[in-house]
Amino acid sequence: MFDDLRDLYQEVILDHGRKPRNFRRLEDADRTARGDNPMCGDRLELFLKLGPDGSIADAAFQGRGCAISTASASLMTETVKGKSSAEAHALSDRFRALAMTGTCPDCGADLADEMERLQPLSGVHEFPSRVKCATLAWHTLNTALDSAPGEIKEASSE
Amino acid sequence: MSFDVQRIRQDFPILSQTVRGKPLVFLDSGASAQKPRAVIDAMVRCMEERYANVHRGAYFLSEAATEAYEAARGAVARFINAADPREVIFTSNSTMAINLVAHSWGRGVMKAGQAVLISEMEHHANMVPWQMLRDAGRGIELRVARVTDAGELDMDDVAAKLADGKVGLVAITHMSNVLGTVTPAERLVAMAHAAGAKILLDGSQAAVHRRVDMQALGADFYAFTGHKLYGPTGIGVLWARLEHQERMPPFLGGGDMISMVTLDRVEWAPPPAKFEAGTPPIVEAVGLHAAIDYVAAIGMPAVEAHERGLVDHAMRRLSDIEGVALLGRAQDRGGVFAFSLDNAHSHDLATLLDRAGIAVRAGRHCAEPLHARFGVEAGTVRASFGLYTTEGEIDYLAEALTKAREFFA
Repeated sequence: MFDDLRDLYQEVILDHGRKPRNFRRLEDADRTARGDNPMCGDRLELFLKLGPDGSIADAAFQGRGCAISTASASLMTETVKGKSSAEAHALSDRFRALAMTGTCPDCGADLADEMERLQPLSGVHEFPSRVKCATLAWHTLNTALDSAPGEIKEASSE
Repeated sequence: MSFDVQRIRQDFPILSQTVRGKPLVFLDSGASAQKPRAVIDAMVRCMEERYANVHRGAYFLSEAATEAYEAARGAVARFINAADPREVIFTSNSTMAINLVAHSWGRGVMKAGQAVLISEMEHHANMVPWQMLRDAGRGIELRVARVTDAGELDMDDVAAKLADGKVGLVAITHMSNVLGTVTPAERLVAMAHAAGAKILLDGSQAAVHRRVDMQALGADFYAFTGHKLYGPTGIGVLWARLEHQERMPPFLGGGDMISMVTLDRVEWAPPPAKFEAGTPPIVEAVGLHAAIDYVAAIGMPAVEAHERGLVDHAMRRLSDIEGVALLGRAQDRGGVFAFSLDNAHSHDLATLLDRAGIAVRAGRHCAEPLHARFGVEAGTVRASFGLYTTEGEIDYLAEALTKAREFFA
């Protein structure tokens, strides 16, 4: 009945949806932001620990959401570790292009490994009502990177 | 007329289509119902043959359109057994009907120190207007009656919140859009009046599923919408007693709602025109009239009996599925079922069901406080039935839910 849905719900997504990685609070986070999708009630809080050079030393999240949004947040925390703020922003832009169109023609060679890891989420582009589920964590990442230490801003999925 | 669901289905052109290669199983009538051919044709005919603005042109087409618009008011009045067609105010939907009362009665008639009593199971349409009234700095309090674990209105709590006589208006749903619970409207009317309060019932769901009789019910205001009643979007109804309409200041100002205007002074038109500013939903009124004729020809008792069969069937089938938790188990309920599946988020589940051709709503169904009350902030999936829903469709939903649980296992 649901065979064709394996494109959207690939095993990687179901796995990260059930057992999200880095699903914890970082008590000593340097940047924190909240993401909220009021349409469906998805909520997450993202924590970033920055290294001396400003790169992302650790990333973690907590919250509740559907399999797509949870898996996206989980994969994101894995792929942004070690990235500079500029690289993380670039990855975020590319991921959103992937989620909305299914491809990323301008992605280039840098960040190719990371984009490959995120590829399982590309199927979401065929489900317009679900694209926001996949992008919520990434909007929250941008907000966290652009906020000041100690400030907690809200990111919207819009 | 005997109720033949297969014949009825043929009256709804949209139902014969396939979605993603599967026959459409439309289980979202609680959000908006599909339209029978009779409604579509009536609206087309109105625009092709009988269309002009109403209440103003001294020419054939305008007079014909005015007649059709007022005939629709008469049809609505008969459908709900109103004592007088002037008790029927056309709005754009239930939301506008309730906002009209919140504005014209809440701000125009209620006094500081009075309270409005709603319940935890209200749709946002019957919650937010009252929160806005509470927050308008007019000294009006908002009280919220509790809902029991079974999803019924806590009548002891209603009584307790009416006890001090400060409640000026009770505004409660006649049927929950999430729980399916039908509230004891007659009892609520009696309790409100005994406490010196007026009562508004939100009949957005109930008017579709039950025969509602304004004279028997004895409420003060009753709101419902056309698009859930197999009619078009853009038209709703506020039934309001004439004596209340007389006391209420207008809601919106403009053309058609005045009897005289000078630069210094205006006089309001008599009810219900006083509350129908601007060009009204003319084509939509014609469509609503056709929808009411359609439903009335089948007969509300037959519609109700069909739905009771569907509700019993759904209760049996959905309760049997492992991992499915129904929200609310009210004794008196209509064809609306909200539920969650233990291993799937409501949006993932709705996406799966969509692939099987099943249209359901996922989320919190404009009733966030109710979902918080039941601890399901992540939302539920809601299946809601119409007069074209079949037991076979419910069986198919049950089969899909069983397979969805395996999918997410």
